[in-house]
Amino acid sequence: MGMRKVAVVGAGMTKFVRRALETPKELSWEATHMALQSCEMTMDDIDGVCFGTAPDAFDGIHLNGEYASDGAGAWRKPFMRSYVGGGTGVFVPIQGWYHVASGLFDVVLVVAEEKMSSYYPHAQAAFLTIFDHTTERPLKPNLLWIFAMEMNRYMTTYDLSKADIAQVSVLHKRNAADHPCALLGDANITLDDVLNSETLAWPVQRYDVSPVSDGAVALVLAAEHVAKRITDKPVWIEGVGWQLDTSYWTNRDLAYPRYVEYAARMAYDMAGITEPRKQINIAEPYDPFDYKALHHLEGLQLADRGKACELYSDGTASRTGNMPVCPSGGLLGVGNPIAAAGLMKIAELFWQLRGEAGARQVPGSPRRGLAQAWGDLMQVGTVVIMGR
Amino acid sequence: MHDRVAIVGIGCTGYRSISPGQSYKEMIYEAAVRAYADAGVDPRSDVDSFVTVAEDFHEGTSIFDEYTPDQIGGALKSVHTITGDGLHGLATAYMMIRTGQFEVVAVEGHSKSSNIKTLSEITAYAQDPVLNRPLKLNTHFIAGLEMNRYLFETAATREQCAAVVVKNRFNALSNPFAPYGADLSLEDILSGPMLSWPLGTHEAAEHADGAIVMVLASGDKAEALTDRPIWILGAGWNNDSPSLENRDWAHAIYAEEAGRMAYRQAGINNPLEAIDIAEVDDTYAYKELQALEALGFCAEGEAGSLTIEGFTTPGSGLPVNVSGGSLGMGNLLDANGLARALEIVLQLRGEAGSRQVEDVNIGLAQSWRGVPTNSGAVLILSN
Repeated sequence: MGMRKVAVVGAGMTKFVRRALETPKELSWEATHMALQSCEMTMDDIDGVCFGTAPDAFDGIHLNGEYASDGAGAWRKPFMRSYVGGGTGVFVPIQGWYHVASGLFDVVLVVAEEKMSSYYPHAQAAFLTIFDHTTERPLKPNLLWIFAMEMNRYMTTYDLSKADIAQVSVLHKRNAADHPCALLGDANITLDDVLNSETLAWPVQRYDVSPVSDGAVALVLAAEHVAKRITDKPVWIEGVGWQLDTSYWTNRDLAYPRYVEYAARMAYDMAGITEPRKQINIAEPYDPFDYKALHHLEGLQLADRGKACELYSDGTASRTGNMPVCPSGGLLGVGNPIAAAGLMKIAELFWQLRGEAGARQVPGSPRRGLAQAWGDLMQVGTVVIMGR
Repeated sequence: MHDRVAIVGIGCTGYRSISPGQSYKEMIYEAAVRAYADAGVDPRSDVDSFVTVAEDFHEGTSIFDEYTPDQIGGALKSVHTITGDGLHGLATAYMMIRTGQFEVVAVEGHSKSSNIKTLSEITAYAQDPVLNRPLKLNTHFIAGLEMNRYLFETAATREQCAAVVVKNRFNALSNPFAPYGADLSLEDILSGPMLSWPLGTHEAAEHADGAIVMVLASGDKAEALTDRPIWILGAGWNNDSPSLENRDWAHAIYAEEAGRMAYRQAGINNPLEAIDIAEVDDTYAYKELQALEALGFCAEGEAGSLTIEGFTTPGSGLPVNVSGGSLGMGNLLDANGLARALEIVLQLRGEAGSRQVEDVNIGLAQSWRGVPTNSGAVLILSN
């Protein structure tokens, strides 16, 4: 028996904002409702719900998935929440894929929600509890400085300048100016704006980082026979991959994300992709920091090691380039409500591949796109490849 | 697609009320080594993917999936976490193998509840922060309310609930994994202190520590690995309303719906006839009665009298919680469902030692995610 094909048939998302007045359940339902409406379905058509949200500490709610379940539509329905830290947003559609591909479900909802503003005054403090309780927490590490360490390592290994990396922020924030849900889109931002922004933890400056945000995204996934009934433009999930490296991140090579490479290879194998640089038309690598987009493009085998910034300087990564990168505006521009930000990338590919991305539309009827997320202790890579 | 999926390896540390000599990682490692040896697989080369179940607040660590790969042999491999019960984890592995992309998947669940200094405050943090938390409702208090409603609507009695405790803790005496075995009388239970009327202290499972790992494989692979595969006939799971205000307090609708989903896959129309042994949620004694009714083993309000009559003891009509259940083995938090399924696997393999039930071919495991959730899962297995 062959593999059951799974398609994305509907998508919806809320605005990404710094402080949403809606509760997490309300954000989830707003996105869910939009996704259902986009494919003219109702909850009665949904067999099950897959849900993603990052640490329970943000909301201060134990069993947060159970609490949020009805907001994502899971009343008297099979419901599961999957979890791979920051990689969750691109993992939930993988979870939806295996629900449908298993043959147990024909139509599932995939919902990712994040409300970081409840953690007052700043969600950064919640991240202290992600570190090892004995060896790391006493040092009071925060994410900015561990990623500053990684960025520094990346720059040093490949002899890159701050200006090489800042191009990423400029392109993504400019792209986001065309996204109606974006928090930090700016059509006029310049390299100097990024390079002159406030230093947070050297070499990370304010405009190198994506903003803390609230928001939700939802998709409807369907098996082939249902998808073809619902829409004449299904977008197929062609490949999925995910990898989790050891918890001992201090032993890791910080210059190159091997776990992203392995996850990508898993997805490429499944999708039958042998030359990713030719076969991937749009890339949505995870970009919570500008250097991370470069790091990930290299892990994804879409650029040589230390050379990803050339995709930006030679125009390849632009919306009109050969392989547009983050035409959505990415996390740097649209915003970073963690789990929802990953799923936003999948929604972007859905809209781009259907030719429905409006002002953000990549020209030339792109055939195939890739989205990727990353998370945990610089540890997990999740990859989804979608095609028309 | 792989239509057939089997459990081919099991590993368990056993359960104990405290485990000061072992970290959670060491416990998981011990269970994993046993499971891989039992299945005859090398996790580094033979296991395609790993599923773990855990909740951040039980672990005292945010994004707990960070700490899952090393001790199960999953570092730099495909690993993900489900914030659910162990049966949700098994259902996930079942789905993954059915896709055809995976041949062998391992599932891990554990409890280190003795590490949690303020477990009752943690579980209370699962309540709605706006509507319920200001009322300072204790978890057991909500269970007492639910039990009261169940007794009121079904005419079940406190004696019938107490009979569940007597049976399960006695069963636990024959289970070397179980720390809470005891030979008690109905009177012992009923005369015990009240926890939240009508729920007595003895009717709530004590917590325990332990880790369980299972290895699942596709049909052909399973037959190559072992001559006693335990087949998954059906898996079901369901969430009813999470809200305390608009739920059905007397009936376990989540268990009914999860059961229906699993029965449909297994082609079971008459559960009592088809199923030879059941392990159901008994984290509170009344939950066992509620579950038996929801799963269609008897009519509403009948489970209590059947229990008093001895219908659910080992060797009777439907042996229920021969392992000792949560009342006898301890509440293992997110690993409860795996402990349920483990007993069914042991019974179906004929490896349950002195508590082995004769002639068992099909078994059912069911779990509930605890107060204040309205969610649970069901797994149906056969030898």
